[in-house]
This record gives sequence, structure tokens and C-alpha cells, in this order.
Amino acid sequence: MAVVFERPHALADTLMHYCPGCTHGIVHRLVAEAIDELGVEDKTVGIAPVGCAVFAYNYFNCDMIEAAHGRAPAVATGVKRTHPELVVFTYQGDGDLAAIGTAETVHAATRGENITVVFINNCIYGMTGGQMAPTTLPGQVTATTPYGRTPKIQGNPVRVCEMLSTLDGVAYAARVSVDTPANVRNAKKAILKGFKNQLDCKGFSIIEVLSTCPTNWGLSPKDALSWLRENMIPYYPLGTYKDVDAPKEETK
Amino acid sequence: MKGNEAIAEAAINAGCLYYFGYPITPQTEISEYMAKRMPKVGGLCLQAESEIAAVNMLLGASASGTRAMTSSSSPGISLKSEGISYLVGSDLPAVVVNVQRGGPGLGGIQPSQADYYQATKAYGHGDMHLIVLAPSTVQEMATLTGEAFDLADIYRTPVIILADGAIGQMMEPVDFSTRKPRELPEKTWATCGHRGARKHNIVNSLLMEPEELERSIRDRFERYRKIEENEVMCEKYMTDDADIVVVAFGIAARIAKTAAQIARSRGVKAGVLRPITLWPFPNKEISALADTAKAFLSVELSMGQMVTDVKLACECRRPVDFFGRTGGVIPAPADVAEKLCAMARELSI
Repeated sequence: MAVVFERPHALADTLMHYCPGCTHGIVHRLVAEAIDELGVEDKTVGIAPVGCAVFAYNYFNCDMIEAAHGRAPAVATGVKRTHPELVVFTYQGDGDLAAIGTAETVHAATRGENITVVFINNCIYGMTGGQMAPTTLPGQVTATTPYGRTPKIQGNPVRVCEMLSTLDGVAYAARVSVDTPANVRNAKKAILKGFKNQLDCKGFSIIEVLSTCPTNWGLSPKDALSWLRENMIPYYPLGTYKDVDAPKEETK
Repeated sequence: MKGNEAIAEAAINAGCLYYFGYPITPQTEISEYMAKRMPKVGGLCLQAESEIAAVNMLLGASASGTRAMTSSSSPGISLKSEGISYLVGSDLPAVVVNVQRGGPGLGGIQPSQADYYQATKAYGHGDMHLIVLAPSTVQEMATLTGEAFDLADIYRTPVIILADGAIGQMMEPVDFSTRKPRELPEKTWATCGHRGARKHNIVNSLLMEPEELERSIRDRFERYRKIEENEVMCEKYMTDDADIVVVAFGIAARIAKTAAQIARSRGVKAGVLRPITLWPFPNKEISALADTAKAFLSVELSMGQMVTDVKLACECRRPVDFFGRTGGVIPAPADVAEKLCAMARELSI
């Protein structure tokens, strides 16, 4: 019988620790598919974050490094600058990338480090049990914003792709979502492009993936997908914010 | 050549072609020298956005099997302490230079040895040690830097060069050909792409099972035991007949030697034991001197930090006194000699 669907080779055959309905699994698969399609598993080094994806180093069959919280882009810089022939990616959540690691993110981006950053934005700190993230929406209830995020008190959320798209070193900044099969397909295209850019030495590529956290949002997996669509996409519009390959009018 | 430049050139001589830094006085010459030299030897000097980023770039370079270095001075080293702990937890070789200045806080920019506790006891969180080398001359800035890279690779640990602003800025002749490189293990653990030739490598400091974490720490401490057995370095100066042994490292040791000469000219038999490795500390050597000497004096550019280790090494068999200046003030040899004479009078030596 012909096999029509199987686990990408770059994705380890192991039990993942993610909660039911969490979209990390989908994004892991998309990253692994991209690595497989480009045939680069043997020369890829991934950098895992601190946060829910901390164990990502166990889930890919390429070499992996576990970085300190927020420092993945700096670690990736160290790997890539000493081994330009390698394919180097970071996989980071919103706290890791847009709070504690903001400096590392912005400066890796503006230096134009030739790396690929996969950024999971689910508007909440998952691993520590549902506290406010830098991307938590205004009004959103979390364990540390029990009365809803009030911008006057807790400040405003960060729109990462918009911010990074202003930097010269960024080759590609796109926001995608994994809430529908069509969006998953688009997310795959964006991630693949992010890796291809690196092979073509174009510079820094970031793919922000809007994701769900049913456990800490207190929603069923299905309702979480609806919540993402209804609340996150309006605040974090999908699209390509920068693409050095595209004519100017095609990007936001 | 300046001490700071000697460190930079010695690192390049040791095959370190990647330097990640962030400017801070009084070590900035290292960055500047690297920026000039690295492009000429096919290497890279990258100015990071912070000390935190620099040490993590070093971690990435080291994880992928490359010799690399970072340097800073006291306040910047505090920022690097997170990364140093991760380097230890991930069993990665690395060389980190601290050209100390006065603290706490922003402190000052003059020479200091006030980071002794930090360097030898708590450069990061967790159960850990680091090899700490304390150069006392510009020549040693070079020799010990070369040695640091080999020790780091052999024992898979960060090695600290604990210098100070005085030696960093001082100019002395240097011979870069004096050190014999050691035999080094292969870096089979490096994350540099599995090339289809092995299972994928993981560089990681997270172990969720307590027993597993304990096992990994015990393995590391087994390596520490070997370091303590094999790598202690110290210099003895006029200690054979000394009644009072001054224990001092780095710039303080140079002052101590002059002070010992002055004291001898006044009839006080003084000598100097200079730890070159601050960790591992020369406990055995100090303990042996406690058999013959009547007292010890720890001389430091601080309020007295190493003095606690000297006391531990003596095991209360001899009195241990302290003399130091802090905040960037350098003790005068005459003042140290006066202290030695006062001790001799007190002890009726």
C-alpha cells in the first residue's frame, strides 16, 4: 500500500509533552517538513527556548541546543557565525522572544543574522501556568492580569513583525496562523520560505505563528481556535510584513 | 605590549578565531585588538548588544565545537553570570576574561580584586566550580590565556582569567612561543550538524528528574576532583625560611614580593605564596607552609576575600591576618612591609 502521509524524518518519533489541542505540535511538524523538503537535516542546528517549547530539543532529529530564556538568537548567532554552512533556526515563544529576549531578537534582526526564527505567539505564558505575555491582548484575563490587561497599568502588547519589518537586516517577516487547514498550509509556505532564505543567504527571517493555548485560556481546543480567529487576528493581522524578494506593494 | 592586548593575541595564537565582546573599561583594548586582528587571521570579532548576548554567542560557538572567547570587567561579568552557569550546566568549554575594576555597582574603573568571591564561589547559580586563573604579569596574561583554552577543552568547563585593571593596562615584553599546547580530546558532543554520520547531538543544561540532575552534577564534580588533583598552580617566593608568608595573587603578589624584600631588610623573614589557580586553590601548599611558617598575611585589593580560603587552608594552625585596599586604591609595598613588621613584633618573631 502506498504511504500518502507520514512523519517527517526531521521530527523525532517520540511522545511530546504538549497539552491536548496545543498548536505547538502542528508548528513542529511544519518546521520538520521544511527541513525534510530542503534536505538539510544533517546540517541543521536548532535552538530551543525556555517556555512550553523547552523540550523542542528532544523533538527534532537535527542537532539541538537548549538556550537560556530569551537568548536563542544570540546562541544562534554564535553557531551561524562560526559555521556559516549550517542551517540555524530558533524556535521561541512570546515571552522568550518579545519580553526577556527582546534585545537579542532586535539585534540579531538588525545585524541581519542569516538565521530563521519561528516565533509562537499565543498571548500567554503557558509553561508557568497562564500569566501575562508581552503579546497578551488588552482586556485579556490571565493569572497576572485577573481583571484583564489594562494598557495604562500593564502596558501595551508588542506587534513583533511590524516592529522588526522596519529593520534593514530583516529579509522576511511574516505573520501566519494555524487555526484552519488553509492557514496551516500558508504557515508551511512561510516557514519553508524562511528556511530557503537562509540557504540563499538573504538574512534574518522571522515567521510569527499565531497559536492557541487551550489549557491556560480555559477553552476547549475547538473554542480556542475560534478565540484566536476572533480576538488575535484582528489585533495581529496576518500577512507578509517584509519580503526582500517581493515588489513593495505586496507587503504590508 | 599591554596586558589586555597580550590576552587577545594569545587567544588568537591558541586558535581562538571568534571573539564576542561588549566595551567596558578597563578591558576595552581586548575588543579593539580583536577588531583589528581577527579579519587579518580569517577570524571574527563581533560586538554584541550586551554582555548577556556576548556570552550567549560564545555558548553557541562553543556548542558547535569552536574555540571562542568573551571578556569584560566586573559589572559586565555580573551580566554574564547567567550565561556562565549555562555553559557549566551544558558542559561547554569557554574562556571568559574578567579585567576587574572596583565595585559594587558601577563602582569605579581602577584596578580591583573584589570579584574574588564571585569568581571562585558564585559566578553563576547552581552547584558548580570554574577554573580561575590569576595572571600576575603581562607574560602570564598570554601564557595563562593559552592554557585556559586547553584546560577548557580537556575538562569541558568555562575557564576564567581573573585579571585586574593594573595588569590589563600595564606594558611589558611578551614571548608568545613559551607554551606547549596540550593533547586535546575530540569534541564528539558538538552540535555542528550530524552529517548523516551519527545520532543528533543535544547541548542542554535541563534535567527534570532529580536523580538524573544529581548524577550529572556528580559526574561534573568527578572532573572537578581531577582538576584539583592535577591543575593547581602557584609560585613560591622566599618561602623556605619564611616566618610570615604573604598570600597574594595578581597585581597584589607583585606588591607583596617587594614588601617581603623590604621586610627582610628590616630583619623580618617574609615570603610570598602566589596562587596562580584561585580555583583550584593551593590548599596543600599553604597547609605545608603552615608547618614551617609562624603566620600568614593575605594581601588583596579588596576588603578581604581570599583571606577566608587561606584560613581554611591553614586549618586554624597559624594566625592569618589581612591587609588590603579597595575601591581601586593599590596598597603601597611600604605599607604592606610595615604590616609585616607589626605582625612580627606582635608575634615576637
